[in-house]
Amino acid sequence: MAQRHGEMTGFGVRQSPAPSLVALTVIAGLIISGFLPVLFIGMKGGLVLGDRYLLHVAGFTLLQAGLSTVLSLIAALPVARALARRRFPGRGTIIRLLALPLALPAIVAVLGIVEIYGNRGWFAGVFDIYGLQGIVLAHVFFNFPLAARMILSRLVAIPPESWRLSAQLGFRDRDVWRRIEWPQISAGLPAIAILIFLLCTASFTVVLTLGGGPGATTIEVAIYQALRLDFDPARAAGLALVQLAICSILVFLSLRLGGNMPAWQSFRMVSMRYDGISRLARFGDFLAIIMGLSIFIPPIAAVVLSGVAHLEVGADVAVATIASLAIGVCSATLSLLICWPLAQAAARRRAWSRLSSLAVVAGLIMPPAVLATGWFLLLNRFSVFSVPAPLLVIAMSAVMALPFVYTALAAAVADSARQHDRLCASLGISGVVRFLRIDLPYLRRPLGFSFLMAAIVSLGDLTAITLFGSQGFTTLPALIYRQMGSYRMETAAGTALILALLTLALVMLAGRWSARND
Amino acid sequence: MISLDNVAFDYEDMAMRFSLEVPKEAFVAIIGPSGAGKSTLLSLIAGFDIPLSGSILIGGRDMAGVPPSARPVSMIFQDNNVFAHLDLRQNVAIGLLPSLKLTAAENGETDDAMRRVGLYELRYRKPGEVSGGERQRVAIARALVRDKPVLLLDEPFAALGPSLRRDMLDLLREVQKDKQLTILMVSHQPEDARYAASHTAFVEQGRILAMSPTEEFFQTKNPPELRDYLGDWRS
Repeated sequence: MAQRHGEMTGFGVRQSPAPSLVALTVIAGLIISGFLPVLFIGMKGGLVLGDRYLLHVAGFTLLQAGLSTVLSLIAALPVARALARRRFPGRGTIIRLLALPLALPAIVAVLGIVEIYGNRGWFAGVFDIYGLQGIVLAHVFFNFPLAARMILSRLVAIPPESWRLSAQLGFRDRDVWRRIEWPQISAGLPAIAILIFLLCTASFTVVLTLGGGPGATTIEVAIYQALRLDFDPARAAGLALVQLAICSILVFLSLRLGGNMPAWQSFRMVSMRYDGISRLARFGDFLAIIMGLSIFIPPIAAVVLSGVAHLEVGADVAVATIASLAIGVCSATLSLLICWPLAQAAARRRAWSRLSSLAVVAGLIMPPAVLATGWFLLLNRFSVFSVPAPLLVIAMSAVMALPFVYTALAAAVADSARQHDRLCASLGISGVVRFLRIDLPYLRRPLGFSFLMAAIVSLGDLTAITLFGSQGFTTLPALIYRQMGSYRMETAAGTALILALLTLALVMLAGRWSARND
Repeated sequence: MISLDNVAFDYEDMAMRFSLEVPKEAFVAIIGPSGAGKSTLLSLIAGFDIPLSGSILIGGRDMAGVPPSARPVSMIFQDNNVFAHLDLRQNVAIGLLPSLKLTAAENGETDDAMRRVGLYELRYRKPGEVSGGERQRVAIARALVRDKPVLLLDEPFAALGPSLRRDMLDLLREVQKDKQLTILMVSHQPEDARYAASHTAFVEQGRILAMSPTEEFFQTKNPPELRDYLGDWRS
């Protein structure tokens, strides 16, 4: 008698739903335990909608995010256009450099900006970096290269026929811009803008370090201040609700607009271009690239130069390095353990695919400070302060890394399922044997890549450690922050260099690991 | 009308060398295996690629140093012949003036061309709202308003079914007659050549190994490489 193998999946593979259910429960548990206390306390009295402080902070949050987004896009457009239509030695290097600011831990970049534009910096007095100007400057430093890369990836996706057609039809540069480049860019611009706006809204490190008191603070940082400095959990919860509302709207919009997390592209395929040959166009492009480089190279260079000069590996640096690496490894492992069964289930059932991406997006919507507030309230309520701080930091880093890990993993797992499921079913290969013999060898590249991505996210994070850390428990970013706080800028630069090198090593490893195909 | 004399070009690892004489108002089908250099041949004539040496003459005029827009040539690609955000009519009119600020006469010309290819009713649609065959008709209409004596087509109907392909070839031949065009068309289908072309050329390994009137071309099947390429194909 014909027997069905358990639940029929698309490929007739038997798969126990238990691991995916556990993974889903863990995510839901982490997020709900953050959300419910915030909702409960926030609604009970923390959220006073007419509150002047709340309005001011929310207004400042949106103002700085809006300014940062607009300026990032304005800076990115000419740079992306120039890089798209020029071939010159060093172009590939510049495009790779554009990925640098976003990979760099925020605290390192902030230190670089202070070194350049601060009171004792190379360009002291150009900007007032403690306050709105500094915050926007730092956000442009991070996000204009991201925007430039995203716009560039749209431009290089224009089919080569369009360039040939425009050459044959005698388009001038103005026509090429109006008929080809701008339509292609503008279709993607809302998604790029919302992503940057979201990143700036949820940005913590930049505002914590460059914000000037209550006058220039964002919701994310105000939550931290309410929680850790003023010990006013009700106000923290109220702020958290507002932050959650803003971020939900932004994530929803960004998903509607089809905005994706920026992919790691090589931009190797380049179409032959026939436009932009006038002297003026060449000069303009040259200027745009120089301007772009001058925004983001000096702060990095400052950290490197100052760091090399003041490199000292004391006991505190060694301990913080070990703590950072340990937390990175643990949180990356946790992220993978959660994402693996979800990706497996999502590869085979439509319902799971939707459920999994929903859970992961929930992790994206939930700003770290909101999550922390909830956990803080919960632990406080049941006075179980015995949960060790490192565990909280690991859990939070893992949640923050979920979107990266899941997107890197899901497509590859689905690919493996498509390729191997029928064959494995017919040969009776399943369970541990399948994992060791089929999936692990086939997926070790995406697995390694997503592990490294998660480790990079956790390595540079200052949010979790600031919210849960203590005197006895520090990571590298927290140590840099403390050194900056006591005006030991040179020492901070040395530590920042170590953190930056560690991060870059992981980034390069991730790039190599994912690029090699064997 | 078109004459290539020892035109040399390197593409990746292949050294190409083309010599070709195309009489006025000929309809030449170019066949041959993938990667043989068929598309490169058209690109050289259109000016998208620049030869290392040799000369290209169109209508007796040397094309050395002449940019694509100044050559008496229109080109139709396999796809991406249209700008997705412009409607069909604008996609045709852009062949007259990139700024699309047309005079009444030019507007009339555009409408005539749209009627000629049977797209007048669909003229305000966007390319995404019409079929692949209709998008190729837009490209033909644009070539009509541009009114250049040479029309190059790079596998223009490869994505279309047999009957639609015949319709398009019929349209091409009518247009050719009206405008006295010289046509070069790259195709993967020998039957397209049989159906529409006055001459057929065979390209392999960056060389033009044969070119003769179509009837003769398929009867003699010379040289042996052509016989190998066609195998036991019969029209």
